[in-house]
Amino acid sequence: MEYEEAKQKLVEELTKKLKSKSKFYFNDLANILGEKPRDAKKLINRMVTDGVLEYWSSGSTSMYGMPGTGKQAAAEHEEK
Amino acid sequence: MAKHATPLLDQLESGPWPSFVSDLKAQAAKRAKNAENIEFQIPTDVVEDLLGILELSFKHGRTHWKHGGIVGVFGYGGGVIGRYCDQPEEFPGVAHFHTMRVAQPGGKFYSTEYLRQICDLWDMRGSGITNMHGSTGDIIFLGTTTPQLEEVFFELTHNLNQDLGGSGSNLRTPADCIGEARCEYACYDTQALCYDLTNEYQDELHRPAFPYKFKFKFDGCPNCCVASIARADLSFIGTWRDNIRIDQEAVQAYIGGEIAPNGGAHSGRDWGKFDIQAEVIGRCPTQCMWMEDGKLKIDDRECTRCMHCINVMPRALRIGNDRGCSIFAGAKAPILDGAQMGSLVVPFIKVEEPYSEIKETVIEPIWDWWMEEGKNRERLGELMKRQGFQKMLEVMDLKPVPQHVQEPRHNPYIFWKEDEVDGGWERDINEFRKYHKR
Ligand code: HEM
Ligand code: HEM
Ligand code: SF4
Ligand code: SF4
Repeated sequence: MEYEEAKQKLVEELTKKLKSKSKFYFNDLANILGEKPRDAKKLINRMVTDGVLEYWSSGSTSMYGMPGTGKQAAAEHEEK
Repeated sequence: MAKHATPLLDQLESGPWPSFVSDLKAQAAKRAKNAENIEFQIPTDVVEDLLGILELSFKHGRTHWKHGGIVGVFGYGGGVIGRYCDQPEEFPGVAHFHTMRVAQPGGKFYSTEYLRQICDLWDMRGSGITNMHGSTGDIIFLGTTTPQLEEVFFELTHNLNQDLGGSGSNLRTPADCIGEARCEYACYDTQALCYDLTNEYQDELHRPAFPYKFKFKFDGCPNCCVASIARADLSFIGTWRDNIRIDQEAVQAYIGGEIAPNGGAHSGRDWGKFDIQAEVIGRCPTQCMWMEDGKLKIDDRECTRCMHCINVMPRALRIGNDRGCSIFAGAKAPILDGAQMGSLVVPFIKVEEPYSEIKETVIEPIWDWWMEEGKNRERLGELMKRQGFQKMLEVMDLKPVPQHVQEPRHNPYIFWKEDEVDGGWERDINEFRKYHKR
């Protein structure tokens, strides 16, 4: 899948889900893209580098979300 | 006078054992005094606020830390564990208290100079509190603010030749025993393999795309000093294929008392004369040793490489010469399904640079399978249970061998597939009826 197409698809789907969910597992994203994990990874890495997605981690588990979304976002981006 | 009164924590100093409360108080006092004139980049009283919030947690019987966070250094999805407290007004020093995992050097060898450098860095840009080492093996820096993360990362990577470790759904910092550097039991160069795989799989270490954490650990021999068999999704444990090398003269020296057993490790008390029958032969788990005409004999075909006899008489018995490692998969801690030890997947593989066989026939097929089939937060060991060991052998294109059987008759079901059986499932009914009546 082309990068731009993947980006659009992912942002669209994640925005739709925002009401109920702001953080996603890697597999959720790979499923949305309909790509195998290794191919999805290349696209998703690039989206993180471009600031379309960001990492969230509990320490033991990693998730992905769009920057500035989710209930802790305000507290976490605490540039004063 | 301490910033916060901590009567509950103070109580923890009253026992005979070392107390982390005393250590934290000492660190708080050191920062307050700042005899070295360090330009602290995070609040000077961070440690006092840490003590304060812990006291409050004890009082309330609940934690005041939030869970997780969006922190990391640019391009890295692991290595930083974001921690924020929910009482930032009262305890501003720990409003952010992020943990950084720093990859430990192979075998955890440090120069004192290096230790000073990382401590200086952390005194200036963090709380100065460390944990050597975390359960993953990393050097753990405990407590800094978000703006310091990139600064610490820059210093580590540009000036200290050091990288962040793994956390989250990544490959975790691979960990190894000291191996050939110091230990004559090492059956392969653990540090070389650990270092090579750490470099090879940088992407897996830093950019999370796994269902959950994944750990490699490397033990040079079955003594398992890094406990790889219990703690790693893939454990690499040194072993040998040929025979234990026996020096009969040295055996006699142990029997005669000229050489202390176990390298003299049990010399704190008089255990009586060394008795090879009781202490070595009688304790061999496979009972494959005996004395014959004053010589020690081993039936190596039965030996499971448990290391007991070698540990007791290291100068008389040595690991074999045809060395490599065994690979085990699926060990994990008891979050789901209970704790699991690794299951033997590859009984023997040579460990030789550039380790292509290990990468291409073991690691990568397992990852491909787990990345596709693993559920969110499912460890390899859980997937192995869910889909079965047989499935894993299939994706690795391995034939089952007797070493894969943990114990006889544990699982009586073996399913043949049609293409594995001569003639498949079809039969000629007329031919059959010639021999069998209806
Ligand atoms: C009930 C609450 C908590 C649970 C269940 C929990 C669970 C865990 C788990 C499972 C790990 C291992 C992560 C891994 O390697 O995959 C971990 C690591 C860690 N957690 Fe927590 N955690 C809790 C609270 C906290 C708090 C409040 C802090 C700090 C303020 C904290 C700091 C750490 C640190 C520093 C590590 C890394 C330790 C190391 O690598 O040695 N945790 N935690
Ligand atoms: C009553 C309070 C505490 C008790 C009883 C306690 C006890 C322990 C014990 C038993 C271990 C395991 C040691 C080992 O495996 O060798 C441990 C590990 C650890 N503790 Fe504490 N601790 C306490 C408070 C703290 C605090 C306040 C911090 C940080 C500020 C902390 C940070 C850690 C870390 C990072 C580890 C290593 C975890 C790992 O190896 O993964 N602990 N603690
Ligand atoms: S695991 Fe074996 S080789 Fe490694 S340090 Fe321990 S005894 Fe030595
Ligand atoms: S290594 Fe263990 S199993 Fe092998 S001969 Fe020695 S004691 Fe027996």
